[in-house]
Amino acid sequence: MAALSFNQVSLTYEGSDRQVQALDRLTLEVADGESVAIIGPSGCGKSTLLLLAAGLLTPDATAAAAGSRASAAPVGPADTGAGSVAVAGAPVVGPRRETALILQDFGLLPWKTVAENAGLGLQIRGFGRSLVRERATTALERVGLAEFAAAYPTELSGGMRQRLALARAVALDADLLLMDEPLSALDALKREELQGVLLELWQRRGHTSVLVTHSIEEAVFLGQRVVVMTPRPGRVAAIVDNPGAGTVDYRASDEFFARCTHLRALLAEEGAL
Amino acid sequence: MSGDTSRRTSAAAGTSAAARRRGPRTGIRKLLGYAGAVVVLLLGWAAVSAAVGSPALPGPVIAIETFIEQWPAIWPEMLISLWRVVIAMTLGTAFAVPLGLMLGRSPRADSVFAPLIYITYPIPKVVFLPVLMVLLGLGNAPKIVLIAIIVFFQILVTARDASKAVPEPSVLSVRSLGASRWDVYRHVVVPAALPDIFTALRIGTGTAIAVLFLAESIAGSSGIGYYIVDAWGRIDYPAMFAGIIGMGLLGVMLYEAMDAVEVWATRWRRAGS
Repeated sequence: MAALSFNQVSLTYEGSDRQVQALDRLTLEVADGESVAIIGPSGCGKSTLLLLAAGLLTPDATAAAAGSRASAAPVGPADTGAGSVAVAGAPVVGPRRETALILQDFGLLPWKTVAENAGLGLQIRGFGRSLVRERATTALERVGLAEFAAAYPTELSGGMRQRLALARAVALDADLLLMDEPLSALDALKREELQGVLLELWQRRGHTSVLVTHSIEEAVFLGQRVVVMTPRPGRVAAIVDNPGAGTVDYRASDEFFARCTHLRALLAEEGAL
Repeated sequence: MSGDTSRRTSAAAGTSAAARRRGPRTGIRKLLGYAGAVVVLLLGWAAVSAAVGSPALPGPVIAIETFIEQWPAIWPEMLISLWRVVIAMTLGTAFAVPLGLMLGRSPRADSVFAPLIYITYPIPKVVFLPVLMVLLGLGNAPKIVLIAIIVFFQILVTARDASKAVPEPSVLSVRSLGASRWDVYRHVVVPAALPDIFTALRIGTGTAIAVLFLAESIAGSSGIGYYIVDAWGRIDYPAMFAGIIGMGLLGVMLYEAMDAVEVWATRWRRAGS
């Protein structure tokens, strides 16, 4: 069970000379086992959303979150859920064991072999050496990297590195996958191939998936719902239902194109295009 | 998929090629390199010596003869010097690396320590030799402490800058796996800083040997530095140059040992290039 919920979440970055509000009272529910894609203008707080869900950032305090509406809106204490992020019904207070965060780059450590990278999460979480090796090997097999266990990430192609990042999540047996533009460094063909890998993993494992992307096609291919965000400070501008995601040959269907066109129009409204 | 496959074979070939590169052929190439360097140096030395025609600059033949003859006397002095340098560099590094890495990761601590470092760093630490001699006598202690202080500063500044340069996404991705502060150092900061620390160590070795010579020639009655100055005082130029050969050997031993440690400690850098 790994439903994810954002309830009236605001987040302000404290810069050296000014504050930047990244999120403004954002509310979003992701159901257990659902695949949601998030898309929006640059700097709209998409990545911030994932860092909050991963427990690496803490939302602004409730009173600050209410902001200008402080007098109008009933501001309750934290236990009413206002200004909170929750996974599987529990408030997020730090990194959670079954949550995996996949970043576009840098997620892999160049000084660790492919197998060590795949098993890193397990190692950090204190699992025994042999179990780590065993589960890392299984995860590498899943993503087709088994024969590269002893290589270093620099010896892999871009697509293979992304598979490795996925293997780490698989090895962790993550039930919530948070992905921040995981495929944006890849060329178009590799992208489609890896989108297929993502889809297959999701269909087979049934984890909850939140994918932040710049690509409308990727969002429509992978997200059962596509969330469009406003420019900074980010809020949910629209949520587009996309029941066809994951079906065979969806990319070639009229529905796919219609959905993409619809999203493109929505994004243009938000000034993203 | 086909792109991955071709990459796969080339990567596998790359791995085995890298393994071969570390094999016996490297050793032979290295020996040849040294042989070439020695021949060039000896020829140059002989030419200059012949041109100068002074007893103060004996030719290489007599110097080498004296070196071999005096080996039982030179070798113990070399060992004493080697021991001093190794202990001093180990001490300096052991204090500098943790402190430097910590300063690089903590802007607050850095703002306190940076002025202190910038004021003390440029002062040539050799000027403290008299003070150290008064405080610690004429034995090993003042020499070791002096070299340790010098190495400490060189490594400290390098380690601090290296840990400052660690990409934040690397840290985030490891923290999302539940890494503690200690885990972040162990899995990210330390390995990321290692290549820079080795570079600083290599530069520090040169300084350390130069300072060791100074310290041994001013204070005390042992070590290869003392051997050289003592021969100089006796106007025994061949013995003096035999001592200089010994000092050169000392440097080679240190550099080669450090290279070996570096190759082992930063194995990943040999991969995939």
